[in-house]
Amino acid sequence: MNNEAVSLKNVTRVLSEEEVPVTLVKDISCTIKKGEFVAITGPSGSGKSSLIYLMGLLDFPTEGEVFIDGVNTTIASKYEWEQIRLEKIGFVFQFHFLLQEFTVLENIILPMRKLGKLRPSQMIKRAEELLDHFGLKNAGYKKPNQLSGGERQRVAIARAMANDPIIIFADEPSGNLDTKNADIVFKLFEKLVNEENKTIITITHDRSLAARTHRQINIVDGVIVSD
Amino acid sequence: MWMNLSIALEYIRNRKRQSVFSVLGVVMGVAFFIAIASMMQGMHSYFIEKLVDVAPHVKIMDEFRESETQPIYRKYSDSIIELRGVKPKEEIRGIRSADKIIIDLEKRKDLSVAPALLGEAFLRYGGKDIGASIIGINPEKERFASNLERDMVKGNLNSLLTNSSGIILGKSLAKKLSIKMGNKLSVISPAGIIKKMKVVGIFDTGVTEMDSVTSFILLKKAQILQEKQNVINRINIRLKNINQATEIALEMEGRYKYKSESWQETFANIFEMFIIENAIMYSTVAAILMVAGFGIYNIISTSVNEKSKDIAILKSMGFCEKDIRLIFLFQGIVIGVVGTIIGWIIGAVIIELLTLVKLDTSGEVDMPFQIEGFPMYRSISLYIWGGFLAIMSSAISAYIPARKAASLKPVDIIRGAA
Repeated sequence: MNNEAVSLKNVTRVLSEEEVPVTLVKDISCTIKKGEFVAITGPSGSGKSSLIYLMGLLDFPTEGEVFIDGVNTTIASKYEWEQIRLEKIGFVFQFHFLLQEFTVLENIILPMRKLGKLRPSQMIKRAEELLDHFGLKNAGYKKPNQLSGGERQRVAIARAMANDPIIIFADEPSGNLDTKNADIVFKLFEKLVNEENKTIITITHDRSLAARTHRQINIVDGVIVSD
Repeated sequence: MWMNLSIALEYIRNRKRQSVFSVLGVVMGVAFFIAIASMMQGMHSYFIEKLVDVAPHVKIMDEFRESETQPIYRKYSDSIIELRGVKPKEEIRGIRSADKIIIDLEKRKDLSVAPALLGEAFLRYGGKDIGASIIGINPEKERFASNLERDMVKGNLNSLLTNSSGIILGKSLAKKLSIKMGNKLSVISPAGIIKKMKVVGIFDTGVTEMDSVTSFILLKKAQILQEKQNVINRINIRLKNINQATEIALEMEGRYKYKSESWQETFANIFEMFIIENAIMYSTVAAILMVAGFGIYNIISTSVNEKSKDIAILKSMGFCEKDIRLIFLFQGIVIGVVGTIIGWIIGAVIIELLTLVKLDTSGEVDMPFQIEGFPMYRSISLYIWGGFLAIMSSAISAYIPARKAASLKPVDIIRGAA
C-alpha cells in the first residue's frame, strides 16, 4: 500500500497573465505521509495558500509534478482530477462557503450526491453520523445562517469529510474564529488524525496552534525555509 | 443531473421576486404570441375562405398574357429586324368559340362551369345614377358554378328566367339606389342602349366590394345591352378541390391560350399583404421574447456573481464545468418552461375572450367583410411554436452567463474572498 498522501516534485507556479509575471511557488519538493498532521506557516503573501491549492488540485503547476495517493496528476485528465477531488480530497477554507439555500444536512450530502456511490438513505445516515460526531446533532435541518461561526466551520469540515477523503486541506480554518472555537476545530482535526488516520494539511498564523501539529513547514517567498 | 436541477430550483426559489418577474416576461411573450398569431391566422383564413367562396376558382378571360409577336419575328428569330409603327389589332373582345370550350369542360367531373358577359352600365333610379358592373349569366349553369343562389336574400335565380327583364342587385348597391324588390330601374349601357329592368332579387355575399357594385341579368339581355351578340368574355369555373386551381388554370391556358387565372393569382396582392402582416406580428412577438430573454440574462448573470463562492466550493469538491453550466442553464430553462405553461393558459383564455368580442361592421365604416367576433385560428402548432421560441430564448439567454460561471476558477474566487 502506498504510504504517501501528497508529494510535490520541483513544483513551480508562475502567474504569467499579470503584466509582470509573479512567482507564487518556486521549485518546491516535499512529501507528506498518510496520517500526518501538518501545519504550513509563513508571512502573508509567502505562497502558503498557493501551495495547498496546488496540492489540492485547485490550481495547476507551471512546472513540476504533483502526486496524490501515488497518482501523478500532472498527466491525468480533467475527469480524473475531478474524481480525485471528489474522493480523496476535502477542502476547508477561512470562510465556510456553505450554500445558503440548503440545510446543513443537504450541504453535507452534496459531495456524496455528486460522487453517487451511496443510496439517498445511506447518504442521510452518513451525514447525520458526521454531524453527531462533530457535536452538531440538532443542526441538520437548520440553514447555515442560523448557526454560529464556529458551528458553520464545523459543518464545513463535516462536508469536507463527506466522501471519506484521505487528505483534508484547511486554508486558515480558524482565521475567522475566536480562540475557543479555533481550539474546537483543532481538536476535531486531532481526532480525525488520531482516530481515523486522516492526513490534514492546514495553514495557520497561530504559533500555538501550529505547535499542536506533527510537522511545521515554514514558507517565505515561495520557498520552504524550514521543515 | 437531478442534483444540478435541484440546486437550480433552490436558487430560483430563493430569488422569488426576480424569478416571478422573469417568468412574467416569458408569460407575456408566449400569451401574446398565441393570441396574436391566432387572431391573424384566423382573420387570414376567414378572408381567404370568404373570397374563395364568392369568387370563381378559375376564370378564363378574353385576353392573352402576351400580345402576339409579328410573323416576321417568328420567321427570322435571330435576325435584326425593326418594325415601326406597329399597332395592336383592334379585335372584337370576347372568348371565341366559347360554346365549344364550355361543352368541352362540362364533360369533366371535377369542376362546374358557367359563361358570363361582364360589362359596365349606369343604373338610374329616382334621380340617382350609379355606375355598376352588369354581369350577364345563365342561371341554369350559374347555379352550379357559384354560390350566388345561396347568397340570395330576396328572390331567387329562377326569377331571371321567369322575368326576362329582371335584375338581381347586391344588397349595398340596392341600398345606395334606395330601391326595393319589384321596383323598376333604367339600365344605361356604354353602347347607349337604355332598358327598363325590374328588381327580382337581392344578394348578400358579405364581401362589400362585391355587394356594392355588382348586378346580375340574363346573359341574352347583357349581350343586347352591350351590343355583343353571342359573345361572352368570361368563363367561370368552380372546382371540387380548390387546391387544384393553379394547375387547372395552367392547363386551361395551355389548351385554350386565353389568360386563365386561379384564385391564388387573383388574390396574390392580398397574400402579399398577409406576408407583411405576419412579418410585423412575428417581429413584435420576437421583440417581446427578446426583452424577456434580456431579463433572464440579467438575473442569471446577477446570480452567477452572487453565487461565485458557491461555484468555487462546488468546483473544489469535484463538480465539473458541465455541472456548473447546467445549474445556471437549468435556471433559465425552468423560468422558460414555467412561463410557457402559464403563457399557454393565458393565451388560450385571451383567444376565447376575443371570440366573444362583437364587431359591428354594419355601420358606416367600410370594412372589406362583415364579421361578427374575431375568427380565431385554433391550433396546437401555435402553442408548440410559442413554447419552443420562449424556451429557446430563455435557454440561450441563460447559456451565456452559465458558460461564464463554468469557466470561473475556484482559486481566483477564494483568493478574492480571503
